[in-house]
Amino acid sequence: MGYVAIKGGGQAISGAEKLLEFIRTRQGESGEPLDLDTIENQLYFLHSRIISEGGLFHPKLASLAIKQSLGDTLEAAFALRAYRSTKPRLVESPVIDTSNMRVIRRISASFKDIPGGQMLGASTDYALRLMRTELLDESPETFKAVASKWLDENRHDEIPDTFPKVLDALREEGLLPPVDEAAAEKTPFDITREPLIFPVPRSAALSTMARAETGSILAIAYSNMRGYGDIHPTVAELRVGYLPVMLPHPITGEPIEVGEILMTECEVVAMYEDDEEGGKPTFSLGYGACFGHNEVKAISMSVLDRALQSGIKNGPTNPSEDPEFVLLHIDGIDSMGFCTHYKMPHYVTFQSDMDRLRNTQDKHQEQDTQGGSENV
Amino acid sequence: MSSEVNTTATQFRQASAEYNFGFLDEYAKKEVRRSVLKAIAIPGYQVPYSSREMPMGRGFGTGGLQLTLSLIGKQDTLKVIDQGSDDSVNAVNLRSFIEMTCPGIDTTTKVSEANLIQSRHRIPEQSLREDQVIVLQVPYPDALVVVEPSEDKRKIMHGEADYSRLLVKLYEDIVKFNEITISHRYPTRINGHYVLDPSPIPRWDVPKMNDSKALILFGAGREKKIYAVPPYTLAEPLEFDDVPFRVENFNDENGQRRVCHRCGCDHSFLDEFVDARSGEKLYQCSDSDYCDEQLKLKNGGER
Repeated sequence: MGYVAIKGGGQAISGAEKLLEFIRTRQGESGEPLDLDTIENQLYFLHSRIISEGGLFHPKLASLAIKQSLGDTLEAAFALRAYRSTKPRLVESPVIDTSNMRVIRRISASFKDIPGGQMLGASTDYALRLMRTELLDESPETFKAVASKWLDENRHDEIPDTFPKVLDALREEGLLPPVDEAAAEKTPFDITREPLIFPVPRSAALSTMARAETGSILAIAYSNMRGYGDIHPTVAELRVGYLPVMLPHPITGEPIEVGEILMTECEVVAMYEDDEEGGKPTFSLGYGACFGHNEVKAISMSVLDRALQSGIKNGPTNPSEDPEFVLLHIDGIDSMGFCTHYKMPHYVTFQSDMDRLRNTQDKHQEQDTQGGSENV
Repeated sequence: MSSEVNTTATQFRQASAEYNFGFLDEYAKKEVRRSVLKAIAIPGYQVPYSSREMPMGRGFGTGGLQLTLSLIGKQDTLKVIDQGSDDSVNAVNLRSFIEMTCPGIDTTTKVSEANLIQSRHRIPEQSLREDQVIVLQVPYPDALVVVEPSEDKRKIMHGEADYSRLLVKLYEDIVKFNEITISHRYPTRINGHYVLDPSPIPRWDVPKMNDSKALILFGAGREKKIYAVPPYTLAEPLEFDDVPFRVENFNDENGQRRVCHRCGCDHSFLDEFVDARSGEKLYQCSDSDYCDEQLKLKNGGER
C-alpha cells in the first residue's frame, strides 16, 4: 500500500520529532544548550512577548517554551497557553492599582513636564540601528564586566519606586471624564472561562487584547492609525515596571503580596467627544496593558480599545472599530493553528470538490454542445 | 549548589508531568459535559463554551478532542479516525495523546468494538449503534458563514430560522453552474429548525445523520462551539423540490459504479489516486476499517 501517503503516520511523526530535535542540537560539540536564565535575560523582549501572548506569568516555563520551540514565538506562546489549560482557577486577585507599579520606565508624549518627571529607562527608541560588530566575538569576561560596571556607576537609591499617574493630573483639570466607579465594581469577564458572545463587555475585549499576538494586534491598530479609523491618539503615559500582586490570605482573608509581575501599561488620550447627558465635552481614553515589556503591543491595544469603544457607541465604520473583527482575529494560538491545519490531509473533501467540479464541467460541456448545434 | 539546582529541576519536571486524567482539569470537563447536555436538548443549536487551549494546533481537532477527553472514562473503548483512516498522521497523534493522558482506556480500529469514536471528515460506513457516540471535529461550526461573516448577525438569523440567504446561494449556484456547488460541509436542517454545518464530511455521509441510532456530537475548538444531532432525529440536507440533494457520484464514463481496487466494495466512499508505478488511476475505500472488513468477507467467501 505504498502509494497511500496517509498511512504509516506513527513512524512519520516520531521521525519528524527526532529530526527537529537534531536541528536544535546540530551545532554539535561547539554548541552549548541554552539555559533558561540566559533566555529570560539575553532574550528579554522575546521572553516578554511569550509571557504576554501565552497569557500566563510564568517566567521559567516561558523560557522553556522558547527553548523547546526553537524560538518560534507562535509555538512558544502556544505551549505556555496549553499548559495553562490544565490548571484550575482557584482564586481571584482583587483589582490591582497600577500607580503602585515599581516603575523601570515611564514616558508621556502629551506633556514635557509630568509629575515625577519623564524616565526614559531601557529603550531602543532612539538607538541607531547599526550593526554592533563589537558583539561578534564578545568574550565572557567583557560580557560579565558590563553589568557590574553599570551597577557601580549608577546610584539607584535616589529613584523613587512609584510615580503618580499622568491621567490623574489631566482628570484634575477636567480634561477627562471622571473615573467610572460603577464599571470598576463589576466583576471582570474571564476569557479563559467564558466564550465571547457578542456584544462583549469592555473587560472581555481588554483581556482578549492583552494576550493577543503582537503582529496581529499591531496590524489592525496600524490600519486605524493610517486612516481606516480616526482616533488621533496621544500617549498620555506609557509605563513599564513591576506590579505587586495581592491575594487574600487563605485563613485571615487579608490581602498579602504573593509576588510581582512585569507589565507594560499604556494610556492614550484621544479625540474629544460630546457628553451624552449634555455635560462639557472631554477627551476620550484608550487603555492597554499586558504582561512583560511589550511597548508596541500596549500602544496598539490602547488605540484599539479606543477604536472599539467608539465602534460600539456609533456603529463600526472600519474593521478596527468592529469588536467581532478585531477580537476574533488577533489571537495567535487560534490563527496559527488554523493556518497550520491546512497542511493536514484534506483528501476526502477534495474528492468531494472534484466530484462537484467534474459534474459542473460535464454540464457546461453539454450546454456548449447543445448551443453549438443550435447555431448550425 | 548544583545538587540543589537539580532537585528543583526534577521537582519542576514532575509537577509539569502531573496532568489530570484527560489532560483538562475536572471543572473544564464538567463545563464541556454541561454544554453537551444543552446541545442535545436543542438539536443543531451551537452552544458556546470556553474552549481550552490544547497542546495541539487549533484546527487539528481540539474541539473534538475536548469532547472526547470530557466524555471518556476508563471503561471506554475509543476509535480515532482522520479522513476515514485510523493510521493517518493526525489520527495517530490524537490517539496517542488520549492514550497518554487517559491511562486505562482501550483503543481499537474496529467500529464495532468502539463505544466512542472521534473522527475528522468522515462518518464510518458501517451503521452505528445506540450505545455508540461519534464526535466530529469541526473547523467552521456555522453553515451561515458562507453568506454572513458576522457571528452576531448569524445568531439572530438562526434564532429566526432565517435561512433565506443560504437558499438564495444554492439557487444562484444552479443559475450559474446548473449545479449546487457545495461539495462538503453540506448545510443540513436538524429537527425542522436549526441548519448546521455537519463538519467537512462529504455529502456521502450526510444521510447517515438522519435518524441515526448513535449520538452525533460536534466540537469546534477554535470557534468555541459544541452542537449535536441526538439519536433518532430528523436531519435534512437543504434542497429544492425540483433539485434534490445528491451524494458524490462514483460512476465511470459508462455509468458503471466504480469499485474499491482492494476489497471490491461497490457501495463505499472512494478515494482516487494515481498508482506511482503504472500511472493508472485507482479507487479505494476511504474508510480503512470498512475496507478491511469487506476484504475479510470477500476472502471468507472465496475460501
